[in-house]
This record gives sequence, C-alpha cells and structure tokens, in this order.
Amino acid sequence: MENIITNNSIQQEEYIVNMGPQHPSTHGVLRLKISLKGETVENIEPHCGYIHRGIEKMCERLTYQQIIHLTDRLDYLSAHTNNEAVCLLVENALQIEVPERVKYIRTILDELTRLASHQLWWCAFGMDLGALTTYFYGLRDREKILDIFEETTGARLLQSFNVPGGLMNDIHPNFIGRVKEFITYFRKKLPEYDELLTGNVILKERTTDIGLLTLEEAINYGVTGPSGRASGFACDVRKHHPYSAYDKVEFKEILYTKGDSFHRYKARVEEMWESMKILEQLIDNIPEGDYAVKMKPIIKLPEGEYYQRVEAARGEFGVYVLSTGEKYPYRVKFRSPNFSNLSAINKLGAGHKIADLVAIGGSLDLVIPDIDR
Amino acid sequence: MNNEQLKEKIQSIDSTINIVEGKQYLELNVVAENLSKTALMLKNNADLSFDYLICLTGNDLPDAYSVVYHLESTKHNHLVVLKVKADSRENPVLDTVSNIWITADFHEREVYDLIGITFTNHPDMRRIFLDEEDWIGYPLRKDYTDNNIITR
Repeated sequence: MENIITNNSIQQEEYIVNMGPQHPSTHGVLRLKISLKGETVENIEPHCGYIHRGIEKMCERLTYQQIIHLTDRLDYLSAHTNNEAVCLLVENALQIEVPERVKYIRTILDELTRLASHQLWWCAFGMDLGALTTYFYGLRDREKILDIFEETTGARLLQSFNVPGGLMNDIHPNFIGRVKEFITYFRKKLPEYDELLTGNVILKERTTDIGLLTLEEAINYGVTGPSGRASGFACDVRKHHPYSAYDKVEFKEILYTKGDSFHRYKARVEEMWESMKILEQLIDNIPEGDYAVKMKPIIKLPEGEYYQRVEAARGEFGVYVLSTGEKYPYRVKFRSPNFSNLSAINKLGAGHKIADLVAIGGSLDLVIPDIDR
Repeated sequence: MNNEQLKEKIQSIDSTINIVEGKQYLELNVVAENLSKTALMLKNNADLSFDYLICLTGNDLPDAYSVVYHLESTKHNHLVVLKVKADSRENPVLDTVSNIWITADFHEREVYDLIGITFTNHPDMRRIFLDEEDWIGYPLRKDYTDNNIITR
C-alpha cells in the first residue's frame, strides 16, 4: 500500500476520461475526451457527430419552403429565429418587402424565443451546479411562453411559423393580452432568479474567474452571443445589422469585460430584462395589415450567393445559400453559433479542475444538434 | 469603409486580387497559392483589420472545389467575402487559415470531412463528424452516392 502512494509514476500519469456522450452536463450527445493530471484538466478534445443528420445535404434536395422546417431542428431552442433567417434570405434575394405587421410579430416572437431559451438555460445551469430548485422555477415560467406559442403557432417547440413573405397565420386574438400578462408576471419573477442564484455564494465561488476568455480570444474563436459579449465582443446582430423591427426599438447591448463563467451568466440574465423591454415597446404598437404577402408557390432565387445573419439565443446564426436559379438550392450552409462556441472549450477548460468544466460547459449554453447539423 | 473605399484600398495593396461587386458584399477572388498571403494581409493591415471570421464554407462547384470565407472587421464594421478555388480536382489542397483565425480550425475540419479538401499545415486534420475509420467518401460532394439518399 505504501509503495503505491509513494510511487511517483502513478501521480504523474496522464488519465484519459470520456465525458459523455451520455453525460447529463453535456446537455445532449457530445463527447469530450479529457486528459487529466490528477483532477486538473490538461486538454479537452471534443468529439462531435453523434447526431449528425446531414441537414445541409438534405437541403440541396428541398425547396426553400421545406428548408425552413429543417432549421427548427438545428438549435431547437431558437427555432423561431432560425426560421426567420431563411425567410429573410429569400425575401432579400427576391427583393420582397414584407408588411410592417409581419416585422413586428416576428420580432416579438424572436424575443419570446430568446426569453424561453434563456429561462431553460438558467434552470439547467443551476442544476449543473447542484441547485435543483432552479429547474422548477425556470420551467414554471417557460411554460407560460410555450402556451403563448402553442395558441398562436400551433406548436410549442418547433414552430415553423415563418414562411417566405410573412407568417403562416395571423396571431391569435388572445396573443397581445397574454404577452402583456406574461411581461407583468415575469417582471415580478425575474428578481427571484437573482435572489435564488445570482447572489448565491456557491454559484459565485464556482464561476468567478473560471474559464476566462479575453476579447481577442473571443473574436479569434468566433465566440458570439451572450458568451462573446461577456468578454466584451460587441457582436449583437440585432444592434449592428438590424433586421425586422429591431431598428425601431431601444435596447442595450449587454457587454461585460471579464469573460469568466459568472459574467457569461450575468450577460444572459441581463438580456432577459432587455428582451422584456423590447417586447413592451412593440406589443402595443403592432400595425394593422396583412400577415403575409402573396408568394408564388415555386420560389426560385436568382443565380448567385446569399448570406443572412440573425441573432439567435446563443449567438450569430447565419445561412449561406448558393443558388443556380433552380427551385432547389445548389448549396446551403448553416453557420451555427454553437459550433464556433464549442471550439473555444479547450481554451476555457484547460488548467481548471474537472468539476469546473461542468460550470464552463453550462455557461457556454451548448445545444448539440446545432453543432452536429 | 464602404465597398468603394474598400475596393480601392485592397486594390492598392495587392493588384492581383480579382475584386467583384457581389449582390451583398465585395468578393475577393484569389488563386490558391496566394491564399495565406492575402488572408494575413486582410487581418494585419490596420485599415482593413478583418479579425472575425464569421463563416467558412466549402463548395463543390462544377469546375473546382472552392472555399468561401466571410470576414468582418470588429473595429471598422466592414465585411468582405474571400473566395478561393483548389487547383486540382482529384486531390484538392489549400493552405490553412487556422493560424490566422483560430475558429477556422473546426470549420476546416468540417470542410475536410464533408467536401474532402485537405488543408496543409492544419494542426489536426481529421474528420470531425463522421467516423475516421469506416466512412467512405465525402457526403457534400455532388457525385456522392448512397442508397439512403432520397432522389426525385
């Protein structure tokens, strides 16, 4: 026994441990191959592809209307935003101006999506760090948004409510009332989130100075969304390249400079307040009008290349389409925020303890289908 | 800088770059051997400083395999598209840009995995999604066949 403990070679040996693909803290089927020295992480090598479905290849045999339904299945928590990217791309390529009403409703649904996504992230992040109560608080409030979605779009998670030229349907008569009701409700509930988790000593100890990412690194790795903004990377597409009704609303781009897990946490909580501000500015002012412009049943984009960027809940989502003028695109590429965010995980995690890796992974808010596509 | 100024500026630095006004952005076409040189210039020139590689796409065009880089400057807020075609169709090879923008590391592995372009000097040139050992072919190539693909 004594021999084993004093044997130097055992202490210095490098261990390879697989975290995932069935590990609860990876939030999906992602495998991280971790080299450990004692309890300290030396190197992290992500292995993706467990749910690679070849969506980009499938898109080459689908019409633009059909592609929208596949974008839901990338980042399923930003389904509405992803739909919108394809619709905006088609509309811009064909130079179609959608009615103001559509722009307003799209923006409202975008922000509701962002809120729902951040709520789910918040409760899962708490649970990653051992605070089980957060899960019930978060899901309780998210349920109210999903009910609003269900009533208007007919689906709770994968809405596919946007179509090229507008929306699938007009909003439900109850929509405006229920959104307002929700804002009043959630303005009271969001401070509870802070009371429960933000000021918590355990959370602060486990996230402060864990997983530091500087501004230069964030830009170099292409880390966008709240994760990038926590490092000071001003990358909010809504602010810098406004689409839909984002040029008509006032909101603050949440920027922090430190770039540790705690500030990535703070950035998302603060973003929920900003989302509610945007909702309040729009909900009373939805203009009257059509919910869609009439489109031809077969959409053919003029020959050329197109790129459309939107701000999904986790960062910049981009669609690249190469068209040859046919009704099917020649090539579709999705620039998914999580894929680029994941590439920084070795930089963030190396040198920390293995338990901190759970906090870092949670603070990046990865959604695996978006990585694998 | 707007597109006009960008075009003038880039042309004055390197007149061999073929600049086309695209539908949305300025498109810079370079030959494969000048790729790293041009990429480095785009990032390091103080007036251009394209420090953020948004998107890297591999294409199987009828005449060649090509890669498209969407670049943005966070300092000056301008955007260009860099395009390059691999010389050979049998064995497409391009220089890596992962030493210039680290995010290209994963993106180039994806292009290698699905299109089959090899990037020289890449630190870790392996497949990223599909199985290294038993997957045959590159699925995003136009001549890729598989019994499970639905055709119409």
